[in-house]
Amino acid sequence: MEVTDVVCPLCGCVCDDVVVEVEDNKVTKVKGACAVGKSKLMGHGRITSPAIRENGILKDCSYDAAIKRTAEILAAARRPLMYGWSSTVCEASKVGIELAEEIGAVIDNTASVCHGPSVLAIQDVGLPSCTLGEVKNRADLVIYWGANPAAAHGNHMKRYSYISKGYFLPEGKKEKKLAVVDVRETKSAKLADVFIRIEPGKDYLVLSALRALLLGYEDVVPEEVGGVPKKDLLELVKMMEETKFGIIFFGMGVTHSRGRHNNIVNAIQVTRAAHKHTKFNIMPMRGHYNVNGFNQVCTWETGFPYSVDLSEGYAWYNPGETSSTDLLMRGECDAALFIATDPGAHFPGESIRHLSKIPVIQIDPYANPTTEFADVVIPAAISGIEAEGTVYRMDNIPLRLRKIVDTEYMTDEAIMKGILKETRLLTLSRRL
Amino acid sequence: MFVCMSKKRIKMGIEVKLINGRTVAQGSNLENKLSEEYFNAAAICELNGSDMEKLGVAVGEHVKVKTNAGEVVVKAKKADGNPEGVAFMPMGPWANAVVSGNTHGAGMPQFKGMDAKIEKTGEAVLPVKELLQGYMK
Ligand code: SF4
Repeated sequence: MEVTDVVCPLCGCVCDDVVVEVEDNKVTKVKGACAVGKSKLMGHGRITSPAIRENGILKDCSYDAAIKRTAEILAAARRPLMYGWSSTVCEASKVGIELAEEIGAVIDNTASVCHGPSVLAIQDVGLPSCTLGEVKNRADLVIYWGANPAAAHGNHMKRYSYISKGYFLPEGKKEKKLAVVDVRETKSAKLADVFIRIEPGKDYLVLSALRALLLGYEDVVPEEVGGVPKKDLLELVKMMEETKFGIIFFGMGVTHSRGRHNNIVNAIQVTRAAHKHTKFNIMPMRGHYNVNGFNQVCTWETGFPYSVDLSEGYAWYNPGETSSTDLLMRGECDAALFIATDPGAHFPGESIRHLSKIPVIQIDPYANPTTEFADVVIPAAISGIEAEGTVYRMDNIPLRLRKIVDTEYMTDEAIMKGILKETRLLTLSRRL
Repeated sequence: MFVCMSKKRIKMGIEVKLINGRTVAQGSNLENKLSEEYFNAAAICELNGSDMEKLGVAVGEHVKVKTNAGEVVVKAKKADGNPEGVAFMPMGPWANAVVSGNTHGAGMPQFKGMDAKIEKTGEAVLPVKELLQGYMK
């Protein structure tokens, strides 16, 4: 059976035109997704059963037993951390935030280690942005800065930016220009009309120079900035001035480098400076398909987008203090729940040490490095393949993930509801 | 370039700026991390050809990457897209073994532009399970 308009549950592009062939309740063919998305839709090995660690070994158990054990751990914890939420749907996050309130947890998502600095910068200076539909139909200059969509967002150029054909740009690529700014010549850089190589950690300097040039202060810019000759910067500025509709897509090359959120503030100010000449936009290349969705849900539930500490009975937000890496480095949390994420692979090694000392709960469809030290493992249905739900694309457009095959696995939302119910029973009896 | 004298042999090393990031092969096995494919895709360090020459390593030979936060052994891979002095590791547990947890008050570790030293080594690349067990001690 052919299923059309499948929504890919992998990266922030959330491609919603994938065609999937399903036979005997299994995906057998995928058309229209990039290599990375296809690999996920075709499927990998799964966690087969809920399990609880006993004497160092994970022993299979029932969903009920794993959920009960989770509730016991969370109800007994004084400083629990609940982290992840980027590869699941908003409905699960909503229940998660309710649970975090119930137990006074710190709730955080993977923005903490990817676009957290972008969120901080946007709170600081706003974001002159647009939708990916507008980019497709209007943008005649696309700049990728510290982003390599050819590797991380495989369909981004084809569906939304440089290679796509738009309403006002029916000839596609022929009418558009592509510039890439990076510290190394990536696959994306190889496609660019202009590639600007900067020295690692010098984004802030180069952005400042661009800002000065766009505002007409050429005299203050030295002959070379951050390893880039001034003439190359002038060429890029000319492209920016001459475009009808320009966009900067920035990636973790900017957020992960020295300067962090200050780099993004400066990139947003460059966009503003370009407004002196033309219409310009800027957008973060959000990584996971619903990393943005958690930030949305968390903001409307608690007032803040991530790293929210609910231990005092009100929401306290202070990344650097209430962010997961910092909590772990301080050895502060005494229990951790990880859902739809893998800190074992993606947190700095030294912050993982603390996790071996506290009870860890993992909710995920797949075994991964976190499974190696998790004390309770709860397998989940794969959102977007086995479960439906709402997610937010990188440009803040909500899309509905579809269910394309049946499963016996519980969904993230159902698991969270189960944990919430059991935890409430315990906290309630404690209060009585 | 730095030279480290040990009793038995002289180890040549280079100083680099180390960057973590995504690759297609790493991303395709993002949810398949205990597999051999993921090991091959993520337990690597990409270096410029002339940096590899300086180190005297061939493609597939092992290098040790060291920072203030730790050290890890991975396979060397050639990538001339990297300028000299810039090394790249796909994001994952091997790269993170050398990332510092200090966020400088911003909540975000510095995954890119770390000061690192790289040297040739005969030591084995640890599979993901053993790598993780290292933190459990
Ligand atoms: S670009 Fe992203 S959303 Fe689109 S198919 Fe690839 S992984 Fe899926």
